[in-house]
Amino acid sequence: MSDEEDIILSELSDEELVEQMWDDLYDGLKEEIEEGVNILLERGWAPYKILTEALVGGMTVVGKDFRDGILFVPEVLLAANAMKGGMFILKPLLASTGAPRMGSMVIGTVKGDIHDIGKNLVSMMMEGAGFEVVDIGINNPVENYLEALEEHKPDILGMSALLTTTMPYMKVVIDTMVEQGIRDDYVVLVGGAPLNEEFGKAIGADAYCRDAAVAVETAKDYVKRKHNQGVTA
Amino acid sequence: MTDLPSDTTLTETGLDLRGKENRLLLIACGALAREILALIKANGWTHIDLQCLPAKLHLYPDQIVTEVDRAVTRNQDSYSNIFVVYADCGTGGQLQAKCAELGVEMIEGPHCYSFFEGNAAFSERAEDEITAFYLTDFLVKQFDAFVWKPMGLDRHPELRDMLFGNYTKLIYQAQTHDPALVDKARTCAERLGLDFEHRFTGYGDLEQALHDQARKT
Repeated sequence: MSDEEDIILSELSDEELVEQMWDDLYDGLKEEIEEGVNILLERGWAPYKILTEALVGGMTVVGKDFRDGILFVPEVLLAANAMKGGMFILKPLLASTGAPRMGSMVIGTVKGDIHDIGKNLVSMMMEGAGFEVVDIGINNPVENYLEALEEHKPDILGMSALLTTTMPYMKVVIDTMVEQGIRDDYVVLVGGAPLNEEFGKAIGADAYCRDAAVAVETAKDYVKRKHNQGVTA
Repeated sequence: MTDLPSDTTLTETGLDLRGKENRLLLIACGALAREILALIKANGWTHIDLQCLPAKLHLYPDQIVTEVDRAVTRNQDSYSNIFVVYADCGTGGQLQAKCAELGVEMIEGPHCYSFFEGNAAFSERAEDEITAFYLTDFLVKQFDAFVWKPMGLDRHPELRDMLFGNYTKLIYQAQTHDPALVDKARTCAERLGLDFEHRFTGYGDLEQALHDQARKT
């Protein structure tokens, strides 16, 4: 987007810089994002404010354009990579600067499936939204999910699958949780290209999330409800 | 045809002489066209027509359902039987549901890699091959158009490991014996940074499925 002349990020006002960072995220420019984050830190911005306003704000635009068919997987990956660069700087600073914590999530791709692009995007956007995310990776048998739930006691379990052949395994995990009497202790969110809302309902998940932005909104919504239940109970 | 149409009919209104009876239409993915045409030719199936939809629909699986629906609906009155030569192809059961609704059959299996190898054999191996990336004859020929460019690797080669980092091996499922394609497939594996395996499958379950439909019609 910056094809006329070089832009000196440090010479921009805060508002202009955030706007430029949104453009740079859109264009997948990792180094520029890292530079922008450092400039805002030097100017005294709280890490959480940088995360939400400059990074998550920019990625929300990317997500919207992906949903609308304007951007495609490669562009989203580049943008995610740029955001990751910024997150890498901010993450160690977030806890020590009192960033709000929305909740926690264990997330992983199911057994037999090695696809993790969607899962990684969800993890990143959830972290950006203030969730603590434990990513257990790919090809997870039910035991891995149960161990992670036991160890981390998250609010949410997220499962991902890209293949028609592997998505039924989500039901194996949920059924096992039911058998063990722990299903209702967690909000179960599922996602992946071949899934749909009907499938999510049929396997007993709380919600199907069509993309990372929807996953974040759904997670926030469920956690809010959970907290409200706590208040009224 | 028993009765010849009258000259007046032919002069004034014309006549559709295409026979609907005992004609089979295959509505298939473009990626299967060569294999299906080879089978039609080899078996002398003169009562079969083939309509191929663009192979690139696979990049947006929900469009497969829409386009198959459209093609079946458009042709249902002109054929005694229509067979959909798409496997589930990432539609998550939606294509199967649509075919059931339309009253047509489709080929079994999750995708063409499975039915080319034989669904039973593929399923048996599946657990050991979760890190395999498959190419067929068509996909080897169309590697750049179907894999390299849509994945953005022509513009951003640095994405390769983000996209293919969890894969270990490229398996070329060959439908034909063609040394040039084997060489090309090997190069594809190198470009993706994967090990290479050449596996001749022939037409697998596709052949039997078409035989069954040809006989039925």
